[in-house]
Amino acid sequence: MEKFTVLNQPRYKGAQILLARKNFGCGSSREHAPWALIDYGFRSVIAPSYADIFFNNSYKNGLLPAVLTEAEVDRLFHECNAFPGFRLVIDLERQSVASTDGALVMRFEIDPFRKYCLVNGLDEIGLTLRHADKIREFEARRKAQYPWYF
Amino acid sequence: MPQTLYDKLWNSHVVHVEPDGTALLYIDRHLVHEVTSAQAYEGLRAAGRKPWRVESVVATADHNTPTTHWEEGLAGVRDPFAKLQIETLDANIRQFGAKVYFPYLDRQQGIVHVIGPEQGATLPGMTVVCGDSHTSTHGAFACLAHGIGTSEVEHVLATQCLVTKKMKNLRINVEGPLERGVTAKDIVLAIIGRIGTAGATGYAIEFAGAAIRSLSMEGRMTVCNMAIEAGARAGMVAVDEVTIEYLRGRKFAPSGALWDQAVAYWRTLVSDPGAKFDREVPINAREIKPHVTWGTSPEMVVTVDDAVPDPDRENDAQRREAMERALSYMGLKPRTPITDIAIDKVFIGSCTNSRIEDLRAAAAVVRGRRVASNVKLALVVPGSGLVKQQAEREGLDRIFRDAGFEWREPGCSMCLGMNPDRLSAGERCASTSNRNFEGRQGPGGRTHLVSPVMAAAAAIAGHFVDIRRWS
Repeated sequence: MEKFTVLNQPRYKGAQILLARKNFGCGSSREHAPWALIDYGFRSVIAPSYADIFFNNSYKNGLLPAVLTEAEVDRLFHECNAFPGFRLVIDLERQSVASTDGALVMRFEIDPFRKYCLVNGLDEIGLTLRHADKIREFEARRKAQYPWYF
Repeated sequence: MPQTLYDKLWNSHVVHVEPDGTALLYIDRHLVHEVTSAQAYEGLRAAGRKPWRVESVVATADHNTPTTHWEEGLAGVRDPFAKLQIETLDANIRQFGAKVYFPYLDRQQGIVHVIGPEQGATLPGMTVVCGDSHTSTHGAFACLAHGIGTSEVEHVLATQCLVTKKMKNLRINVEGPLERGVTAKDIVLAIIGRIGTAGATGYAIEFAGAAIRSLSMEGRMTVCNMAIEAGARAGMVAVDEVTIEYLRGRKFAPSGALWDQAVAYWRTLVSDPGAKFDREVPINAREIKPHVTWGTSPEMVVTVDDAVPDPDRENDAQRREAMERALSYMGLKPRTPITDIAIDKVFIGSCTNSRIEDLRAAAAVVRGRRVASNVKLALVVPGSGLVKQQAEREGLDRIFRDAGFEWREPGCSMCLGMNPDRLSAGERCASTSNRNFEGRQGPGGRTHLVSPVMAAAAAIAGHFVDIRRWS
């Protein structure tokens, strides 16, 4: 398993960004796929495209699936291979992927709502809890009207 | 404006709606079991959250629990992963709490979809969720009930709400009387055979018509249980006297003045005359015969007097290929009469068909007879401790044992191959469960879905028989 060999190399120890090829995450509908990456320490994946369910599950679990073009991803693979110690910084606010020296800057697109959630650390539960007062109100009304459900 | 039953259930639970129609739906009852809850509770812990309303939670261990060796206690669970999941659920309920918990080995433990209704913890007008796709079962009580994923389990625990969108309305009208020997299971297999496993995708199904109304609550649960096999996340039946009589006196059902108040409300849980359905499907109950699945999907089903279909007569290339693959997996030849198919094992149980009425019907077929010599194992697994005790009071256990059946402890058992009860490769089973997918009952196992009386008769004969001709 080539990718695990890569993960075993000392230079990638503690890596938080996973560089991947197209249709990443294909074949898994379960949330164990993003969970495993997050447990390893990854906070973002960069790839030209993702499998649909994996893409959604990643956001649900606070993992950023950044999309760059195939050419850009190729370039990053090349830089990684050519320069030991090559590091990338993802600025979600500015939607950019950049080398630490700033010589290389790429932009990625992201749905504004999903960005808002990630930037503010809002998972789906956090989002719903913004309506906590409304839920409490609803619950109190329901309890008064149909007490046998409580 | 006249509303459907689903419209009423939906409207009475909407807390908030986003402009795109995404809604927060309030959840009344959250059923929890050992397999899909561990990560959800772990997520709560990691985020420092608490369950929103512990009183909504009813929990039990059922999926991976063994149906033998109960006298050994937890040591009887040989699979270390299963044991860990059972112990983890114990610990999570200890830490977070529940309205009621029926742990492994408890005398009221059982399949989550059997114990909810029998305890009166499933009530008309509720929204019911569980990390299990057969949650649709509870729709028999005019509930909006559906399965959810593990993230959603955590979400409901933390917020008491589900993020979801409204489905479309589909009504399936099953009209006319049922022939003797034709059961709720045959109704739902006939429906799936007609509309296919994706036939109701995106819809909530209301099962209606005289044939549905003539069913007991047990029968209605069997029909709603398999709504998911027709692609619908939720299936439901309107409230009538049968619903109300079933619930009277149940442990968690209301009593006294509250009962009267509840019943008055429950009687409104029917589709209004003139309510608009996006789609309606009529089914003639008179034409329904006992059904047997021949393939690896519930829609691959024929009637018992029919034969295994011939792929050569299928014009659609994709369907032909699927049929050929299924026949190869099932080890069947085209045009074999269904009644010529010999079986190795019989399973009477699962959330589809393990209630007292199912066991009574099966026992009536086997009474005074013996399981055929070619049948290696015939299992009866009651859906819950209460079903088991009731059956034993009625002497059903003796009838089954005398006939050569094994009488087990309650649980999901051989429905899903997650516990020691499973098929070996190549073994053919007459099963009262709900899914005949490849490997569902064990790697390489071959499943034929049938009703309890059809499974019982097959056990005695050693092959499928037409229960209508059974004397």
